[in-house]
Amino acid sequence: MTPAPLSPSYEPERQSRRILGPIFGLACLVATSTGVVVLSILLGAVVAAVIRGSQGGSVLGTLGHLLTSMQSSTPESAGFRAGVVGSLWLLGLVAAFSIPVGIGAAVFLEEYVSAGRIRRIIQLNIANLAGVPSIVYGILGLALFVRAFGYKNLAFGPTLWAGGLTLGLLILPVIVIATQEALRTVPNSLRQAAMALGASRWQVVRDHVLPSALPGILTGVILALSRAIGETAPLLMVGAAGSILRLPKGPSSRYTALPVEIYNYAKEPDPKYQAVAAGGILLLLALLLTMNATAIVIRNRYARSSRG
Amino acid sequence: MAFLFGCAAITVITTAGIVLVLGSETIHFFRATGESILEFICGTQLEPEAVPPRFGILPLIWGTMLIAIGSSLIALPIGLLSAIYLSEYAPRKLRAVLKPTLELLAGIPTIVYGYLALLLVTPALKGILEPIGLQVETFNALSACIVVGVMIIPMVSSLSEDVLSAVPRGLREAAYGLGATKFEVSTRIVLPAGLSGVVSSFILAISRAIGETMAVVLAAGLRPQLTFNPLTSIETMTAYIVGVTSGEASAGSPEYLSLFAVGMALFVITLTLNVISGFVLRRYREVYQ
Amino acid sequence: MSVSETVAAAAAPAGPSPGDPSILTTEQLSVWYGTSLALKEITIAIPRNRITAMIGPSGCGKSTLLRCFNRMNDLVAGARMEGRITFDGDDIAAQGVDAVALRRRIGMVFQKPNPFPKSIYQNVAWGARINGYKGDMDDLVEKSLRRAALWDEVKGKLHRSGLELSGGQQQRLCIARTLAVEPEVILMDEPCSALDPISTARVEDLMDDLKADYTIVIVTHNMQQARRVSDMTACMMLDEASNGNTQRTGIVVEFSPTEILFTKPNDPRTEAYITGRIG
Repeated sequence: MTPAPLSPSYEPERQSRRILGPIFGLACLVATSTGVVVLSILLGAVVAAVIRGSQGGSVLGTLGHLLTSMQSSTPESAGFRAGVVGSLWLLGLVAAFSIPVGIGAAVFLEEYVSAGRIRRIIQLNIANLAGVPSIVYGILGLALFVRAFGYKNLAFGPTLWAGGLTLGLLILPVIVIATQEALRTVPNSLRQAAMALGASRWQVVRDHVLPSALPGILTGVILALSRAIGETAPLLMVGAAGSILRLPKGPSSRYTALPVEIYNYAKEPDPKYQAVAAGGILLLLALLLTMNATAIVIRNRYARSSRG
Repeated sequence: MAFLFGCAAITVITTAGIVLVLGSETIHFFRATGESILEFICGTQLEPEAVPPRFGILPLIWGTMLIAIGSSLIALPIGLLSAIYLSEYAPRKLRAVLKPTLELLAGIPTIVYGYLALLLVTPALKGILEPIGLQVETFNALSACIVVGVMIIPMVSSLSEDVLSAVPRGLREAAYGLGATKFEVSTRIVLPAGLSGVVSSFILAISRAIGETMAVVLAAGLRPQLTFNPLTSIETMTAYIVGVTSGEASAGSPEYLSLFAVGMALFVITLTLNVISGFVLRRYREVYQ
Repeated sequence: MSVSETVAAAAAPAGPSPGDPSILTTEQLSVWYGTSLALKEITIAIPRNRITAMIGPSGCGKSTLLRCFNRMNDLVAGARMEGRITFDGDDIAAQGVDAVALRRRIGMVFQKPNPFPKSIYQNVAWGARINGYKGDMDDLVEKSLRRAALWDEVKGKLHRSGLELSGGQQQRLCIARTLAVEPEVILMDEPCSALDPISTARVEDLMDDLKADYTIVIVTHNMQQARRVSDMTACMMLDEASNGNTQRTGIVVEFSPTEILFTKPNDPRTEAYITGRIG
């Protein structure tokens, strides 16, 4: 292009302008790729630690051994059986409590309360609860569920009940918010159409709104549950810290959880325990990955069936 | 209907429960020790096992601040730059890959980051800094800052990207139409327009760093001290709470009660930050929505 | 040197001169969005210091064509063009052309007023500043606002937000902002569609006033407006060959002086459109 017929008072072709832009773009790209880099370093380091610990054996074999062994004072025979079983128990209890309550609260807020002061207060409350550090939930669980303010008859003690309810409260706001978002995607015309046929509000919700919001709700619920599975700090508060050598028999049993065992092994100075902890992390990540993959599959299947 | 109302009420009761538990046990704590709030917050000596015990949590507050500041120095610029990249620079296909990756990172349990600090970050720091004469302790604040920083990057980038992408397209077009470069449009039009949303995400991330527990417990240790040296061990408020529970303190003892008082302080700080963040974000929404 | 002097000096004398009557031309210009053809083989020549209008039913590619002239389509993922566009005789459709430098010389006013969320003063000064304006900024802001017939309304509140102005004032602020970087051409994409009739009349008067110094290309869905303000009019249609397919391809069916296009159109499709049988 020939130079622009430009009054001399403009100087768009500045050196700084030509240099700064690309540098900035590059910086942005580098910053973004830190995420991918960190993820690969993280996985690489953990896998490498497991391989180092398996001493020639296969990684899968090592993981299998970890999955079937209990805690032990020798790193060679230590495993996560009690923690995995405890975490699965917790998962069930958390789901049984927080899914109905979370969905119920969201349905109440979205379908039953008209925008007003009550809704604003509850909404603000939920938003703030979502930002409360998990350890504060642990303190709440300690005082409320484990000790019941010292009333021994009401207290659960350091049992699965206490752990499950604490984690249930912790992810409740996450489930409520995700469910509300899913309910908001259901078009209003659907509600009006059902109501015009004489359906009650509850019939509209049960037969039309919830089914069409279900994929979104399920995705949110699974992501919330996987957050609960990885939580460590609140469980340390409500009694999962001690060494547990027996599997829980029921929700009133004492327990430990996978991330808590990982923490206990990671604290040990003996590098052999480090390898055991790395194996536990792989188990934990595998569990989380399975849950996330399930969420994606559910989302895709429902998206397809509602389209077809 | 009653059931649904009950469900919603549980969320309110939870908040009330937190306030009640922390509040009543904190009052017990102050009664039992006879300390004033000022001594508690500004005292520099934290010796729960001394006779008489001393509960000055300034070292804990300082340790928490150190982690919050250090991790913010890492997470805020990196998170903001990647938010700008995702919203302004990235081709659509690349973005479709990068966003889920960031979400995946956000879903990794914090215990994993804590383990990583011990396994990788601290040895790396020792390897780099000790040859040049700096002593690095096994538990040190810097290592915790790095992993907590990395941990909260996805939060900053994802929340900031949401607000930056929501800046009206017309503003970008107007700026490009005047002969602006992508750099100028990003930093001088889009960023200022979405600034309050970005600030809101910053505050939320800082609040998250303050409340972070496991990574800090594993990486930074449990030694309460007022230090500017990030290569030594410190203790945060969250780590203190964990330390008390896993220790020998019997229920009702001053040390046991102190965990509620520290928890109260932690709750007040994070709640304040979260409320400010929500307020700033609403200001942003008022302008554009 | 004032805004008007600069451009007047660079511009050819008024009226089609044998030397270089057209400032912008397209030759066989086609545009794709992904795999769908949006514009097919457009060949037109925009005369200098005239107002050229583009009319046609919605979705026929008027805005797409307009956005080719300042390479605004570059910002749309998957957009691609073929053919030639010249600006002052230089090919601007080619790969290596500096779109940023081009956009300073070919300004644009958008359908919806889009002032920056900054003060009125900063709205006008911003474009000049990023383009390295070295003169007195206060002077430039005042001159541009005067030229856009907005100065008297805003001179007392230059540091209030541009978003506080009314829709019509905002649109004139956007025009002032464009004038402040001294473009040679101003592209207007339905600039009055979001405005009330009184504001529309003011913007139309302004366009007539600016014509002496600038070349204006305006896209409008309002045939009366095209007839009122423009010297030349291009009538665009959806290509009949593409009808029935999912893709909507725009073509120019007629490009004539406005008076002729509206009274004695050459093409039966133009006649059908302006008499209301299409669109």
